[in-house]
Amino acid sequence: MNSYLIRNVSVLGAAPTDLLIRDGVVAETGMRLNAPDATLVDADGLVALPGLVDLHTHLREPGREDAETVETGSRAAALGGYTAVCAMANTSPVADTAGVVEQVWRLGREAGLVDVQPIGAVTVGLAGERLAELGAMADSAARVRIFSDDGHCVADPRLMRRALEYVKAFDGIIAQHAEEPRLTEGAQMHEGEVSTRLGLTGWPAVAEEAIIARDVLLAEHVGSRLHVCHVSTAGSVEVLRHAKARGVRVTAEVTPHHLLLTDARAETYDPVFKVNPPLRTTTDVAALRAALVDGVIDMIATDHAPHAVEDKECEWAYARPGMLGLETALSIALDVLGPQWELIAERMSRTPARIAGLTEHGHDPAPGAPASLTLVDPAARREIEPAELASRSRNTPYARMTLPGRIVATFLRGEATVLDGKAVK
Amino acid sequence: MIRHLLSGADLDADTATQILDTAAEMAAVAGREVKKLPALRGRTVVNLFYEDSTRTRISFEAAAKRLSADVINFSAKGSSVAKGESLKDTALTLQAMGADAVVVRHPASGAPHRLAAWVDGSVVNAGDGTHEHPTQALLDAYTMRARLGRLAGLSVAVVGDVLHSRVARSNVLLLSTLGAKVTLVGPPTLIPVDIAAALAPDTGVCYDLDAVLPSSDVVMMLRVQRERMNDSYFPSAREYARRYGLDGPRMGRLPEHAIVMHPGPMNRGMEITPEVADSPRSTIVEQVANGVSVRMAVLYLLLGGNNR
Repeated sequence: MNSYLIRNVSVLGAAPTDLLIRDGVVAETGMRLNAPDATLVDADGLVALPGLVDLHTHLREPGREDAETVETGSRAAALGGYTAVCAMANTSPVADTAGVVEQVWRLGREAGLVDVQPIGAVTVGLAGERLAELGAMADSAARVRIFSDDGHCVADPRLMRRALEYVKAFDGIIAQHAEEPRLTEGAQMHEGEVSTRLGLTGWPAVAEEAIIARDVLLAEHVGSRLHVCHVSTAGSVEVLRHAKARGVRVTAEVTPHHLLLTDARAETYDPVFKVNPPLRTTTDVAALRAALVDGVIDMIATDHAPHAVEDKECEWAYARPGMLGLETALSIALDVLGPQWELIAERMSRTPARIAGLTEHGHDPAPGAPASLTLVDPAARREIEPAELASRSRNTPYARMTLPGRIVATFLRGEATVLDGKAVK
Repeated sequence: MIRHLLSGADLDADTATQILDTAAEMAAVAGREVKKLPALRGRTVVNLFYEDSTRTRISFEAAAKRLSADVINFSAKGSSVAKGESLKDTALTLQAMGADAVVVRHPASGAPHRLAAWVDGSVVNAGDGTHEHPTQALLDAYTMRARLGRLAGLSVAVVGDVLHSRVARSNVLLLSTLGAKVTLVGPPTLIPVDIAAALAPDTGVCYDLDAVLPSSDVVMMLRVQRERMNDSYFPSAREYARRYGLDGPRMGRLPEHAIVMHPGPMNRGMEITPEVADSPRSTIVEQVANGVSVRMAVLYLLLGGNNR
């Protein structure tokens, strides 16, 4: 294994120190460390964070390798400062069997750029009718702990109750895509002033809030762990605040795009801004930011959703929903939160690692800790150029925006995955 | 002059008035023995229709031909990207053929906006999804002005399925720009949220047709599809007609001078009874005739006919 001596790095904003990475762990910290055999990394002005962990990534493989593969998505993740991603189940075939989750897990190992932890489908084929073999996926080599029909809501309340109960046997979590489907038939964007003006069918906030309210009550009733994907409305925040105050075992994520962008982006009818749940209002953005700071929302998760050009370069109504996120998430966090490194580490690394059960991740760089970490240049500003992204797709909503922060290096268990801002493989 | 006509919001009061005045000149041509002007000779107008709409298509076709433009009708049904050529590829094809103007009707809201980004010629929105239909609003405004002599200060009731109506959106935008006061009337299920904030702040909303009629100068009835009752927008066609349909007795509540409009095609017996549709107050046939004049004016002005 390679050794790395990282010179003059600020760990989570603290005074500069050296970090010696050897045998997969942080071997030593302190000033003027000496390690002649180690590769020197000049980290003057850089901040070290525990490697980021994404609880919500679409890698598209198997099935839509034209949009993303496990390898290209892993590379995008590493370049974004991630050391682990949880791969959503809505592939083709759906990740609803031990075979498919093991395939994704194995592809992640082969790519070797981040740890790819598969998420299993809750229901067979994401059809919302009967449970997939959750136990088989949990017992597989992929050791699945999070189950989600993301893209679809587990809308049937009885099925949702059973799923929540069933996964208690292996300490599983149901990650719900909260969307009452009868309230969002044909929906294209947030229901409000802009949808009225644009003549696009509205996706009302209540369709999300009603499902979250139901699910926290179900989780409380059966004493199970619930995770809420991509919370997007101020009302959802209030439902979650209430549930957490009652002691319900619920966690929640927010995406970078819901922290930064609003439904006004739809005015151009450019489907790069079409996403599900949709971009909301400035009021919602403010509530989500406050909830992320106060902890009602536990983490940032990207909902990285690559789409082929032809699925976005078309009429709004015919475009697929979703946007890229892995390579820009930390920049959005910096833009929204400022250099609050402790908070960023908590919301983008420690908490998602803990919830996903990824015990090797989410550790601050300190002697003895696994050397899965990333180095950020907080002073850098970069203009987002879609063609320069490592993802196979180009559907970033931040094209030509200038964002703060740049990932300079990422290490996974002591091996560099990114150096000098470039993926090593 | 603007380059594209995508929305009623593209028109300020001066531009809209210029179009209406030009349309009046164009209307005079229709009365001549030879109904043709050489204004757009050598220019190409493409009618790109992704939806069946014979009335709108032939109206634009007649308008372009009376201006001596070359007209290409491009009917592209089965519009979803899965089924055929993408909108972008079609746009690039039209671009290569040298279209000076593309008149587009499309089932997806915003499709003309996308098209406008991909072609150099002018794009005229001839109806997109549940969004807008600006030339319909112009011909409606033209008809009101012709019948009532003015637009500023008029009270216009737009009645029916506003939620799914591109006609309503364009009319609210244009009429408020020209100083008319619009009140939207219909069951609450068919009035979109935040409509005044979305379109024009002085737009009124009322759920009671009878309350609005005595103070209306214009009543514009919108087409309401019977199938909407299957989505619970209203309980039955009969109840809809009873509460929001315009029949003889209701028409009697209108002021003497008030007119009744309908963009067509009508559902007789649903939103309007034959007695009303065929009455002297009805402008429905005039609207069709005025449509050609207004579209002539739009094509003429967009294609720079006034600069020659």
